[in-house]
Amino acid sequence: MAVLNEEQTMLRDMAREWTTNESPVTEWRKVRASGDPKAFDPAAWGTMAEMGWAGIIIPEEHGGSDFGWLSAGLVVEELGKTLTASPIVANTLAAAAITMGGSDEQKSKWLPKLAAGEAIGTLAVDEGRGSDPLTVSGGKLTGTNQFVHEAHGADLFVVFADDGVYLVEKGDGLTLSDRKLADMRSHAQVTFDNAAADKLASGPDDLAEQVLDRARILTAAEMLGMAQHLFDSTLDYLKQRVQFNQVLATFQALQHRMADLFSDLAMMRSAVEAGLQALDSGFDVPRAACIAKAQANDVLNTMSREAIQLHGGIGMTDEYDVGFYIKRARVLEASWGKSATLRDRFATLGNY
Amino acid sequence: MATQLADTQATELDDFRAEVQQFIADNFDPALKGTYSALSAVEGPTEENAAQAKWREAMGAKGWGTPTWPAEYGGGGLSKAQNKVLQQELGKAGAYNPIGGMGVMMFGPTLLEFGNEAQKKEHIPPICRGEVRWCQGYSEPNAGSDLANLQTMAEDKGDHYLVNGQKTWTSGGQWADKCFAIVRTDRSDKHKGISFILIDMDSPGVDVRPIQMISGSSPFCETFFDDVKVPKENLVGEEGQGWTIGKRLLQHERTNISGGGAMARLMGASLADVAKTYLGEDEQGRVADPIIRDKIASFEMRWNAFMLTARRAVEESKAEGGVSEISSALKKLGTKLGQERSELMIEIAGMQGLGWEGEGFSEKELKETRGWLFGKATTIYGGSTEIQNNIIAKRVLGMLDHQ
Repeated sequence: MAVLNEEQTMLRDMAREWTTNESPVTEWRKVRASGDPKAFDPAAWGTMAEMGWAGIIIPEEHGGSDFGWLSAGLVVEELGKTLTASPIVANTLAAAAITMGGSDEQKSKWLPKLAAGEAIGTLAVDEGRGSDPLTVSGGKLTGTNQFVHEAHGADLFVVFADDGVYLVEKGDGLTLSDRKLADMRSHAQVTFDNAAADKLASGPDDLAEQVLDRARILTAAEMLGMAQHLFDSTLDYLKQRVQFNQVLATFQALQHRMADLFSDLAMMRSAVEAGLQALDSGFDVPRAACIAKAQANDVLNTMSREAIQLHGGIGMTDEYDVGFYIKRARVLEASWGKSATLRDRFATLGNY
Repeated sequence: MATQLADTQATELDDFRAEVQQFIADNFDPALKGTYSALSAVEGPTEENAAQAKWREAMGAKGWGTPTWPAEYGGGGLSKAQNKVLQQELGKAGAYNPIGGMGVMMFGPTLLEFGNEAQKKEHIPPICRGEVRWCQGYSEPNAGSDLANLQTMAEDKGDHYLVNGQKTWTSGGQWADKCFAIVRTDRSDKHKGISFILIDMDSPGVDVRPIQMISGSSPFCETFFDDVKVPKENLVGEEGQGWTIGKRLLQHERTNISGGGAMARLMGASLADVAKTYLGEDEQGRVADPIIRDKIASFEMRWNAFMLTARRAVEESKAEGGVSEISSALKKLGTKLGQERSELMIEIAGMQGLGWEGEGFSEKELKETRGWLFGKATTIYGGSTEIQNNIIAKRVLGMLDHQ
């Protein structure tokens, strides 16, 4: 765990207490059972917004707390531990795009609403094949994104078109159709048909790539929480499950596998925390993002497979939680950059 | 007041920096830049030239090769802040620390903690001056990972111990002046029967035989003790306290292996540059072989994550006090990554990377071959990966033994 200041420690402890008491995995089961395509509990999201979590990276002048990315990551990690379903990551990334690239008018129109949880933002970035290219003509956007996170609850879409990043409000010219993925969270194909689009005009040339780096790092923080939970719960299970008249935790074959996972998790945590710190300092962000997301992808992939194996048959049942984690893990692994893509980018950044 | 104090300290540090710069200018011949070999532990001591000897003697006289050790025993007596300045200035000048070895890395810190006044006065100053080589008498043929099973016997003969038995993997034994050893003084108790003693390697009855390794010649030896007399004053701590003292020394050893110091030096050359040299580049300046390029990126990213983890361990232990719970994980990860890097290097260079001796290979290539093989020892010595796994599982994760 990175060395935290007092403010960050309080924020993390508050998030930990809330997720443990108010949002354990049973809450996600209820959301899933409800069949609501938004796939989160609006009341829980309202509470999260009241606690200030929707505006952690938004500047104070626009209604946020400006606590920074490490702080945002601490909260997202805790939410990842209990699989708390919410649009917090999507919303934070939309806010980041507007903070970095929006005009004063765009910022004052949207950031206070996003910070207060009154409007929900998300990124519409293509994550699949077979999409129509997104084009803009006369301020109207046309095209399709195959998989958009948290689309059903979103009021604002930050869209990566071929010539820049645009804001599109929910409304005319925008249709959603469900893309049900294994994690049962909100994913949709989003079709834009001459939807009114407002270009983010003031950002850097590589705004889209910078937003993606933030998506990689913050998603890695959610994955870190999931990996930490899988590790802790698997260890607890091994300490209480008896076979051959022995507690499983006493078997060296299992001890060494847990030691491997412990070591992998240590590297993942360092990479993710360093990514968040890179965002706060602005130093070497693209490389840090590659390392953080690739470590998160690879370690969580192994951790989720091992967790099921080490839980044995019970890990295969829907009644047990571990399966939820592997399903969410693979969706996040496929989001914003698989490891092979990130290795290619890392090598290119290193001029080789 | 506080500001005044800070100002005074800052001025003192500036003065100290000037002193260091002057010292380096007076004693370090710039021609020595880059002559330090990280593999000297493997290759054995080399003949010193006059410039190297001058540099070692000057650093030794200042105690700056052991900068934070107490000045009364020949150390530098520097504060952390001063040591930082010293290291910065040495780095800027391309100068190296000529004083090292097991005396500095493992034995000295342990003796400072457990030794008596006479022992510290006798043994620490020569270590600080780089005048004496120490070797480690720990492992035996049947006491490797199960170290406490050691059988080398030290029999109490009144004014001395009579030592009989065999040690193995004595690193640098053939070049060492002295040996710190754990020996059995009592057969009735596996752990409490162990004592920590110091043996002169030129004592009658000490026989050192180098072991030929897969990497060729090596620093490892078998050491035999046949009725070797060791004076009683060479016992460190109490009789029977050897296991406690010996384990503390192993902590220094583990930190040293994983600490990134030696490892980071070995990581000098960029794999990507090496790959471009052996495999060429495509039109975009990428390594021509895309699979090798992918493997290099994979390695580099994980190596970065490892270095971040090592840094995090330091920051955490500073903030919270005590040793980080991930130190065993660092030993295991760092040594594994080091081996992966060597394997990748061999893969990149192909046959040219497997040269054993003779014409047609650069000195670097030949070293890489030997280093690749020697590197296999890193996951075995200093507590094997399996032992680190046991430590993590039992001490950190609380996974218990069979009941």
